[in-house]
Amino acid sequence: MSKIVETAEIARQDPSYYQALRELLFQLADDDFIISFRGSEWLGLAPHIEEDVAYSSITQNTMGHAVMYYNLLEELGEGDANFLAHDRGASDRRNGAYLEKRNGEGKYLEEPYFDWALAVVRNYFYESFKKVKLEAISTSSYKPLANVAKKVLMEHPYHFAHWKLWIKQLQTSSEEAKKRIQNRIEEAWEEFLDVLELGNYGNEMVQHQLIAIDEETIKGNWLEEVKTVLVAMPEGPLGKKYGSGRNGEHTSDLDQALGTLAEVFQSDKTAIW
Amino acid sequence: MYNYVEDGDSKTSAYMEQDQEKYEAFMTRIEAGEKIEADDWMPADYRQALIKLISMHGISEIMGALPEKEWVPKAPTLKRKLGIMAKVQDEMGHGQLLLRVAEDLMKPYGKTREDLMEDLLNGDLKFHNVFHMPTKTWADAGMVGWLVDGAAIISQTNMLDASYGPYQRALQRICQEEVFHAQHGESIIMALAEGNDYQREILQESLNRWWPALLMFFGPSSAETTGSSKQDIMINYKIRKSTNEELRQAFLSKYLPRVFSLGLTVPDETVRYDEKEEKWIYKQPDWEEFKQIIRNKGPRSKERLRVREIAYENNRWVRQALATDPVSV
Ligand SMILES: [Fe+2]
Ligand SMILES: [Fe+2]
Repeated sequence: MSKIVETAEIARQDPSYYQALRELLFQLADDDFIISFRGSEWLGLAPHIEEDVAYSSITQNTMGHAVMYYNLLEELGEGDANFLAHDRGASDRRNGAYLEKRNGEGKYLEEPYFDWALAVVRNYFYESFKKVKLEAISTSSYKPLANVAKKVLMEHPYHFAHWKLWIKQLQTSSEEAKKRIQNRIEEAWEEFLDVLELGNYGNEMVQHQLIAIDEETIKGNWLEEVKTVLVAMPEGPLGKKYGSGRNGEHTSDLDQALGTLAEVFQSDKTAIW
Repeated sequence: MYNYVEDGDSKTSAYMEQDQEKYEAFMTRIEAGEKIEADDWMPADYRQALIKLISMHGISEIMGALPEKEWVPKAPTLKRKLGIMAKVQDEMGHGQLLLRVAEDLMKPYGKTREDLMEDLLNGDLKFHNVFHMPTKTWADAGMVGWLVDGAAIISQTNMLDASYGPYQRALQRICQEEVFHAQHGESIIMALAEGNDYQREILQESLNRWWPALLMFFGPSSAETTGSSKQDIMINYKIRKSTNEELRQAFLSKYLPRVFSLGLTVPDETVRYDEKEEKWIYKQPDWEEFKQIIRNKGPRSKERLRVREIAYENNRWVRQALATDPVSV
């Protein structure tokens, strides 16, 4: 039997349903928000101008996706979307910890020795995961979420193709590029697992049909995709070196990100900007 | 973006055209309003003026993204984050479009985009004076969109009928987008102007800091000021219509009433509109400082070039990899 929850008001009537929905929405919002933030730090620093234009377009779309999820949370009664984005501490964040990782050495305004290999591997891994998760929520019992997922899925193929092309190109080009990419893949293998997980409320998300598949299936589907692209699959199991971002475990890199992205917001929270 | 910058130290002597007949035919064409295309015959000084103008315009779009970039991750609301991301992306797009136009013009000289980047880093290719300035607060993000893009609109719409077709067409699209940028900037400014004391304070402080750079934006009014002026050749060849001073006057006429109506002031007690002379009277900015700024001796010149240089060096392996062996996908 499939259930449909049409509005925020109905969702609020079942505490268990509400809790699982809330967690899922924060995962979706915070993932897109933080990866878009890391993308915005890259602005003006990409390997060539065409890439700067393309990457900033993807980054902007991704921020747009985060906004849609924060708006759903606002509708649910979680508070103003701007506060949800700018005024939650690290332990309240639900993004995968790997996604908050710094872009490389230096800061975005000072000596930004950012690593394009990290950008390519991270974005390819993320977009291939995003596809799996979006498809699984496009039939969500929470109608407003299913609608957003369908919208996001329409923009997604372009983003996905972009990063897939990059990783394919670099994996088969110069020796240096191959090595740099492979190193970042091996590194990600030890850090990416919590991105694929659903956190403490994963079972409830599935029971309430908020998402069509469980985390094992998400992981399996994601592995199927990356297997077709990676020239050399890492041998060990996937790990989550930094703990589970889905349960609020994060690194100091997230603190740095929040300090930057909320700097102006925090300078006067009562102001209208 | 932006207006042609003159540094006063690169006088190209007017090149005497060998082929008088071709030259006359060329002049007849542009005087009749025809557009010159990349492969058409053109006088060497026309080509050189265009290369300088368009490569400077293109590289200024790209360098112009850097001061705003500082505020992209920091924009204080989701709406502002989306707005400034879209804007800066447009600017990079303008840079891309213009560098392609410049590349076509440089072909006979065997120069490419790589050369332009190197010229930028070694100081041969100038970028616009406003982008050498620091940004200190969020108000600067608004000020850049509102008045810097506002000034760019004035100088670029003046070239919408430029005699060189590829540039003229690029400008149509650029100017359309610039209108959105100015609206984006104005919206940030309005929120600050209607905001609390702190917001109004950073707004006024920002305007005070940007004012001289905005006056300089259009370049000196005559060759005497900085030693040389390319505005004559630009007008003779129908690349643009108005002089630097005419553009600056248009800017003042458009924006000063708006500045005052927001309750803001400019750091010039002498500024006024003279009804008899039908022009704005204002205190000249320090043109000596202008010369220093565009010679990469402005307050943030070194840092911005350094960021560009790191991006260039740090990604060398990527460009080499792309040149190695394109995979078929
Ligand atoms: Fe522009
Ligand atoms: Fe602009």
